[in-house]
Amino acid sequence: MRNCVLRELGRIRYGEALAIQQQLAAGRKQGLVPDHLLLLEHPHVVTMGRNGHAENLLAGPEIMARAGIEYFPTDRGGDVTYHGPGQLVGYPILDLREWKRDVGAYVRAIEQTLIDTLADYRIAAGRIPKLTGVWVGERKIAAIGVHLSRWVTSHGFALNVTTDLSYFQYIVPCGLSKPVTSMAALGVRATWEEVGRRLAPHFARNFECEMTAQVPELAALESEN
Amino acid sequence: MTDVVMPQMGESIVEGTLTKWLKKPGDRVERDEPLFEISTDKVDTEIPSPAAGTLSAVLVEEGATVAINTVVARIDEAGGAAAAPATAAAAVQPPAPPPAPPATPAPAAAPEPAPAAESESLGPLSPLVRKMAREHNIDLARVKGTGAGGRITKSDLEAYLASAAPAPAAPAPPPAAPAPVAAPAPPPAAPAMPPLPPAGQAKTRIEPLSTMRIKIAEHMVLSKRTSPHVTTVHRVDMTKVARMRERYKAQFQANYGFSLTYLPFITRASAVALRHFPLVNSSLDGNNIIYHNEINIGIAVALENGLIVPVVRGADERNVLGLQRSIVDLAGRARSRQLKPEEVTGGTFSITNFGSYGSLMGTPVINQPQVAILGVGTVDKTPVVIDDAIAIRSICHISLSFDHRLIDGALADQFMTKLKQVLENWSEEVL
Repeated sequence: MRNCVLRELGRIRYGEALAIQQQLAAGRKQGLVPDHLLLLEHPHVVTMGRNGHAENLLAGPEIMARAGIEYFPTDRGGDVTYHGPGQLVGYPILDLREWKRDVGAYVRAIEQTLIDTLADYRIAAGRIPKLTGVWVGERKIAAIGVHLSRWVTSHGFALNVTTDLSYFQYIVPCGLSKPVTSMAALGVRATWEEVGRRLAPHFARNFECEMTAQVPELAALESEN
Repeated sequence: MTDVVMPQMGESIVEGTLTKWLKKPGDRVERDEPLFEISTDKVDTEIPSPAAGTLSAVLVEEGATVAINTVVARIDEAGGAAAAPATAAAAVQPPAPPPAPPATPAPAAAPEPAPAAESESLGPLSPLVRKMAREHNIDLARVKGTGAGGRITKSDLEAYLASAAPAPAAPAPPPAAPAPVAAPAPPPAAPAMPPLPPAGQAKTRIEPLSTMRIKIAEHMVLSKRTSPHVTTVHRVDMTKVARMRERYKAQFQANYGFSLTYLPFITRASAVALRHFPLVNSSLDGNNIIYHNEINIGIAVALENGLIVPVVRGADERNVLGLQRSIVDLAGRARSRQLKPEEVTGGTFSITNFGSYGSLMGTPVINQPQVAILGVGTVDKTPVVIDDAIAIRSICHISLSFDHRLIDGALADQFMTKLKQVLENWSEEVL
């Protein structure tokens, strides 16, 4: 069974997490590092996907800057989205050649992981045909946007745990004028860290891998800095 | 020649959208170097080149969705680098921003500062790099190129952006627009907004404008820009009309199911005055005056978050009952959003009745391409002096905003005097 390293990065700025992702993805392409799942939370940031439409950004970068929200154009798929405190963000860095060479299957497995995790909290979530992401009724609870380079994945998913949903007003999430929701809004009292720990085993099962803690020597190396 | 095809990205995936060419025809490309990007189901994928050589033909445009295994490009392995198109450097200057219309009193939107002239010294730049530089407002002269011959690549820009990330490149404040001559003081170019506190609870709420609101906003600005507005106000004694109204109110309610208001009287008086002064019922088209033979009066109706001006056609051919019936019908259907498009167009004059909200008098904005609009204030019992005696009369302040390009104050006041005369000496039957 393949190994997947689980790394919890805590609250980390979007740009910093992006640098870690890029470093890991580059290493993964060359076979220098194993698969990874990064779990983290971002400070307020609005990111724009490669195929994003500026009209889905309802406030200019200057207005957002005044509201303490960073703006970041990225190379992931999908349109505009918001990340912020209370949102569980997961960035899987996987080499899909070792699992399935199938982007459709990849996205479906991410969605299934989120659906399984929400089921642990008795939230019945599901898919809406033709729309990516995970939904509770007509409300979007988790967003997905992926970048793939030589079958190595980056970017990933964002699950609203205790997210302050009022921040979504700055955007039309993923270009869809559908409402958003969060686990807290549905009555769940849990932190994003707790939900992340629940999610890891579901991720392992859906991607047929074994979750391992960070490689000790790597961790030691980083803690020296 | 090597064919480059749309790759199969998964079992259930039969097509892909080509979102971006990372190379252009004539570019040298290495084997495994990213050549284009595709998008399938929220997954963006960089596709590496299957061979080294020159990109000789691009067969699928950005944005097109094609079936898997469709040939999207051809690569010529036989070098051919000398054939690099000569147009690369010169052709791709960003288009100049359109010149601001000279007569605009509002501060003209300052053109975005161009991303520092793409001087030839930077060497050829790919469209992607140019686009990124424009989008992020990057001065390319400050970016270190690591590509062939010091050329700036996409990753150089990404590295530059990452290093500059803490300060998201805010565009330089636009230069203050020159103050228009004799215009009312324009707002400063960049309205100073107090900085919002970071994070925590959101302190503002942002909401996109409704389509109706956008239309109204555009129309108001257009009107103020088109017509020099002047407003004249006349005090009108509505006592006779008020008596008329009192006498017929109950009968209207009983026989027709609607009340009798002041508005049909004022509409009727407007129609009479418009017949006397046809210039007020005209439009200006370049250097021509268009006189309208029909008198079609728009009545402003307030909606929940906007307003609409349905038109009473042939207003001069109706009596007070007919006018009241039209107004009730149009206003009702305006509020339930059931007006037909032809019912809100073709007006030749407008009336707005802000008096029903308690306003004493106002200065309405002309409904283009008309040249005047009547504003009706509230009707109040007021002590007035008549023949050196104080009397209690029903007084209404009626204003007329007119387009001073076409109508002078003298004409406007003659029009108002006529209107006032009709209302103060009401003699027509209402039924």
